[in-house]
Amino acid sequence: MSLIDHFKKGLARSKSGFMGRLDGLFSSGEINDDFYEELEEIMVSGDVGVKTSIKLVDKLREEVKNRKLKEREEARKLLLNLIIDIMNSGENPAEPEEKPYIILLVGVNGSGKTTSAAKLANLYRRKNKEVLLVAGDTFRAAAIEQLEIWAERAGVELIKQQAGSDPSALFFDAMNAATARNIEVVIGDTAGRLHSRYNLMEELKKIHRVIGRNIAGAPHQVLLVVDATTGQNAVAQAKNFNQSLPIDGLILTKLDGTARGGIVINIQDELGIPVCYVGTGEKMEDLASFDPEDFARALLES
Amino acid sequence: MFSNLAEKLQDTFRRLKGKGKLSEKDVDAAMREIRLALLEADVNFKVVKEFVNSVRERAVGQEVMGSLTPGQQVIKIVNEEMTSLMGDKQSALAGPGKEPTKVMMVGLQGSGKTTTAVKLAAHLRREGRRPFLVAADIYRPGAVKQLEVLSDSIGEKYYSNLEIDPVEICREGLKMADREDCDVAIFDTAGRLHIDEDMMSEIGAIKNEIEPDEILLVVDAMTGQDAVNAAASFNEAVGLSGVILTKLDGDTRGGAALSVRKVTGCPIKFVGVGEKIEALEPFYPDRMASRILGMGDVLSLIEKAEASIDQDKAREMEKKLRQQQFTLEDFKDQMVQLRSMGSLDDILSMLPEGGNIPKEIRQMSLNENNLKRVEAIISSMTREERYNPSLLNSSRRRRIAAGSGTTVQDVNRLLNQFNQMQKMFKQMNSGGKKGMAKKMKKIKKRFPF
Repeated sequence: MSLIDHFKKGLARSKSGFMGRLDGLFSSGEINDDFYEELEEIMVSGDVGVKTSIKLVDKLREEVKNRKLKEREEARKLLLNLIIDIMNSGENPAEPEEKPYIILLVGVNGSGKTTSAAKLANLYRRKNKEVLLVAGDTFRAAAIEQLEIWAERAGVELIKQQAGSDPSALFFDAMNAATARNIEVVIGDTAGRLHSRYNLMEELKKIHRVIGRNIAGAPHQVLLVVDATTGQNAVAQAKNFNQSLPIDGLILTKLDGTARGGIVINIQDELGIPVCYVGTGEKMEDLASFDPEDFARALLES
Repeated sequence: MFSNLAEKLQDTFRRLKGKGKLSEKDVDAAMREIRLALLEADVNFKVVKEFVNSVRERAVGQEVMGSLTPGQQVIKIVNEEMTSLMGDKQSALAGPGKEPTKVMMVGLQGSGKTTTAVKLAAHLRREGRRPFLVAADIYRPGAVKQLEVLSDSIGEKYYSNLEIDPVEICREGLKMADREDCDVAIFDTAGRLHIDEDMMSEIGAIKNEIEPDEILLVVDAMTGQDAVNAAASFNEAVGLSGVILTKLDGDTRGGAALSVRKVTGCPIKFVGVGEKIEALEPFYPDRMASRILGMGDVLSLIEKAEASIDQDKAREMEKKLRQQQFTLEDFKDQMVQLRSMGSLDDILSMLPEGGNIPKEIRQMSLNENNLKRVEAIISSMTREERYNPSLLNSSRRRRIAAGSGTTVQDVNRLLNQFNQMQKMFKQMNSGGKKGMAKKMKKIKKRFPF
């Protein structure tokens, strides 16, 4: 199955919720106050957030008035463009040029960092890159074993230390190993941490510093892993992580649920951080690049 | 927890309180603000609608308009409605019977089932029961190992077997629990999406096999609007008996807490409030409501203090305070105890009006480095110096600063604060009860963290 198919599959399942309702709303009838009210409600219930929803609806109202539109079907394209405008606000990180190219995954507990690290490793492995996984979650019980199993399945190298050891020290070793072993892409897993925990965020900053001191300009990509079912807290997560270290993009996981992923629109609107990948299943191949226009189209077009 | 929601609601209430008379317009304005605050907190939009309607209905009725303090009345109504939304009373786990109580954990991936299963075992152990854990998540790599490691760390028994399927694991696990003379068996199942039919039928099969007394849904408190759909699907598939909310220690606005009960009719039984194994607490709807509304939760604070403060030490401390023998050594002890109660931010949120303490100060208190620094400075003093700080001349202060990795200014600041505290305690001993509250406020200001 191609990546695009995976992506479609993920979104198709999502359709029954948020997207299905949006589609239903636009498919017939004329534009009136009920229409706007329902649209706002659907967007809020799709985790788009109150502020962004109101903003989108207000803009739509204005455009509809300017163009004197009557039918709902005609407004569909307008909303699509408004969403695409928001979704294109950030810039996607580049493909690896430097060698070794360091990617660091961060996020709150249970968002899917370890699984995403494995999927990402697999993705680069398929592109015939020399990949090194770093088992940086030394805190959660058995997180190292979890990544070890994945690394074996993906056929990539793994560097680890004992559970409970200092992750910064591990990353120091990993950077040296990467240079010595001629590795092309390093993917670093980290322990899940709530963004409101000062000490844990400081630990993350330290990891970032240690990597940068070893290899100039690294890490080249810091990706925040966000569970697609997360609500408005995802904005707070993105904001706080971004304050501690520059976040280049998001990995949106568990999009295969009825998760509506409306939170993406919200995050992009408020922070302009692009989504790079989406996780669409439990298998190692279930990771797809994210195309904002496709996403917006999938939301609105039947 | 709930900090953002509480802040927003308290702003609304402050405006209401200032008014001698409430018009319907005032109420409408307040309801609009409450509606937005709840929606932004991820409370399900259907639940918000109903909630706001019922508050509004009561607020424009006789109950409020005729009252002398209409603002207070509205707050009271919101408090009551919120408490009832979350289920009124605390609901306990099924009690011990002849056979082991069977508790099954279900939920989406990453909600925290495995960690919570072990936390629950630790909690039950503290209550004097004999828990047993069964690791039935054979899908996620490392999940079984995670349960094994966590169980070992607190010395609880468990059953795991990667050779057989989850239904058989649960059957064998239950037998084992019985044989080991345990009175409660906790079954950790794999995370699954509520729309994944195969996986949902698997928990159905497990349910039929072991006939659990409790089926608890583990829900991430940060879940958005979808929380209720997941909860409703699980409830339909297996019939839930309760919910455990996890990761409530972050800055989540906890909309799930306010919606899940309404949609499933299942009570929230526990909340996870930290990464440590002990960080699982029973859920009290009334206390939670008053915390959200900034009315404080003194009951929980007292329980927490009782659980984490050594009673003998506290008595000794009180004596010392009275006799004005409070030394730097005691100061350090206090700090260590305070830290064991959790973050200061958490404690402040349990105090009435605690939410009024400026955000900057609350955030500063999160900075545990300050606490560590104070500890380091005091630890770098000799015993003599700790009991008699007047010994500390500039050369000694330099030594202490060097020894604790701080500056002389830091040492001076600490000593100043300590001096002020001592003075305060002296006044407190001489002053009456009324002056005390005022002084306590001052102390809070001068506390070094």
